[in-house]
Amino acid sequence: MVNVMRIAARNLWRYQRRTLLTSLLIALGILAVLLFEGVAGSFKNLMIGQITDSMLGHLQVHRAGYVASIENLPLNLNLEPTQLERLEELLRGMPQVEAWSARIKFGALFSNFSETTNVRLMGVDPQAEARTVPLLRGRVVHGGTEGPLLVPGRLLVPELLARAMKINVGDTVVLVATNQDGSVNGQTFVVGGILASATGPGGRDGYLHIADARTLLRMAEPEVSEVAIRLRSLDDVRAVQAALSAALDGVADPQGQAAFEVHPWEALSPFVTIARMIDLMNVFIQVMLIGIVLISIMNVMMMAVFERVREIGTIAAIGTQPLRILWLFVAEGLLLGLLGAAAGTVISLAALWALNLAKLTFAFGMQDKLVLAPTIAAGDVLFIGALAVATAVLASLQPALRAARMDPIQALHHV
Amino acid sequence: MSLVRAQALSKVYDAAGVPVQAVRAVTFDIEPGAFVAFVGPSGSGKTTLLNLIGVLDRPTGGRLSVVDTDVTALGRREAARFRGEHLGFVFQDFNLIPVLTAAENIEYPLLMVQGRPAAERRERVRRLLEAVGIAELAHKRPDQLSGGQKQRVAVARALVTNPKLVLADEPTANLDSATAHHVMELMRSMKEQFGTTFIFSTHDPRVMDVAEVTFRLTDGSLEQDGPTGSASHG
Repeated sequence: MVNVMRIAARNLWRYQRRTLLTSLLIALGILAVLLFEGVAGSFKNLMIGQITDSMLGHLQVHRAGYVASIENLPLNLNLEPTQLERLEELLRGMPQVEAWSARIKFGALFSNFSETTNVRLMGVDPQAEARTVPLLRGRVVHGGTEGPLLVPGRLLVPELLARAMKINVGDTVVLVATNQDGSVNGQTFVVGGILASATGPGGRDGYLHIADARTLLRMAEPEVSEVAIRLRSLDDVRAVQAALSAALDGVADPQGQAAFEVHPWEALSPFVTIARMIDLMNVFIQVMLIGIVLISIMNVMMMAVFERVREIGTIAAIGTQPLRILWLFVAEGLLLGLLGAAAGTVISLAALWALNLAKLTFAFGMQDKLVLAPTIAAGDVLFIGALAVATAVLASLQPALRAARMDPIQALHHV
Repeated sequence: MSLVRAQALSKVYDAAGVPVQAVRAVTFDIEPGAFVAFVGPSGSGKTTLLNLIGVLDRPTGGRLSVVDTDVTALGRREAARFRGEHLGFVFQDFNLIPVLTAAENIEYPLLMVQGRPAAERRERVRRLLEAVGIAELAHKRPDQLSGGQKQRVAVARALVTNPKLVLADEPTANLDSATAHHVMELMRSMKEQFGTTFIFSTHDPRVMDVAEVTFRLTDGSLEQDGPTGSASHG
């Protein structure tokens, strides 16, 4: 096999320009794939990170039926204290779970004494929330940058609302909320900070302390609307979701219905559609790479066979087995693929490195100046390289078979 | 025992639906160690006959035994194996592999056909390079060699596997007279040195004179001029 490779390498060297052009074409294909995967993948991961780390968490647990009615922020589908205890007990026993935060979500009227509007609010334990969605603090654009994220009596107001109603940190505002029993309750708060909007559900919600939320909503029991969970690794989402669902499956509410529902972030954020489109485009561009490699290698190997018909006739005449002739040409395709893949990988990694140095920024939704930091996993680089090489071998098979099946007499008399 | 025995050997080609009789029921024997020429004008069937003896083609009639093997029954792979084991070829256009040096071209059948060990290959290549007088050209590529030098490499490549029989189709057609004479002398001295049987085709009268046995072909039929072999019409 070493000798076959040596002869194949020399034949490639013999047609240097053709070898260079074909390798360059493969390299460009690989560059396109790796750059796209690096940039689009990093954008996807950045956005997933933004969504999960600033609002959603990796998983959320609700009372069964809550998510279907989530637009109404129903207060009659809260998790009861015993259910919350059961859930927290489970979470404490799961090593993949890093933190969780129990939240009360509700809608309220928001007034600055001259104007009134609607606002969606989230009552949270500031410490638990900061551990579960660590990017939340970074969204506080005015005030509240030191000390606890929230203290009772303070409110984090969404930036769009603050701008529209000309509200500043330190202003007093009134929240009026409908309670579980249908009555309304009002309470004054001091604006503790202005919160930048984030892409995705809950990205324009205001925050207050969970104790204030319970007081405003006149909750007799410490109920919660949801529990957001942060995992140590995003890769564990499916496993933890399955484990939690299995463990909570047997827990029924007083009506005998399943008490809990567990959702991964994908089920709660429309960004997942964009993420899937990016994945799909990855597949498309990989198919394009296969096409480029297939056509270029097949073309160049057909040329190689056509130009060396007499040479094939000679080696066949002196006793070279057809299988060995096949390998001679497959080896050329393999080497071309390896050469192109190696060059493409080196160029791509250099391009990704340069892009990281350039620190390009982009805007997405309400978020601005997101820094593009493209990276690519070693596994993906290896996969794309292997895909190109395997395609090159596949593409050289047909011309190689043609060479191996050539009649020596006809080949020797080929002009 | 004959090295090559043909009995009523025929070859009919199908040329666009028209049958063409290239070899007409020829019968002949070639003894081991002979230096044989098939001569005749273009289209007389010399190359076809050499292709049949070289197991590159299959007859359409008669029987052909080469090195005690009925080669008419060999399949594609068996034929390749047979050629690799027992036969050597010298071509009109030298047909050296352009990416290999002279020494590597000579080594090719030992390496890629017979799979001989490295030490044995080195020794045999060295011996052949010296025998054909081109030891100093061992590392030259074919495009750095003259026609005569290329044909010497081709002769060495044909002999390196110690074949029983070397077939040379118009081996001097592309060489000037002096070089042609040298190549023929070389082949004859190789025959003396290695005891190999040489069969070559030619229509060059100067080359025919070197042959010990001459078979004359006319329109696919055979007659014998020389003393060693035997031939008859079918």
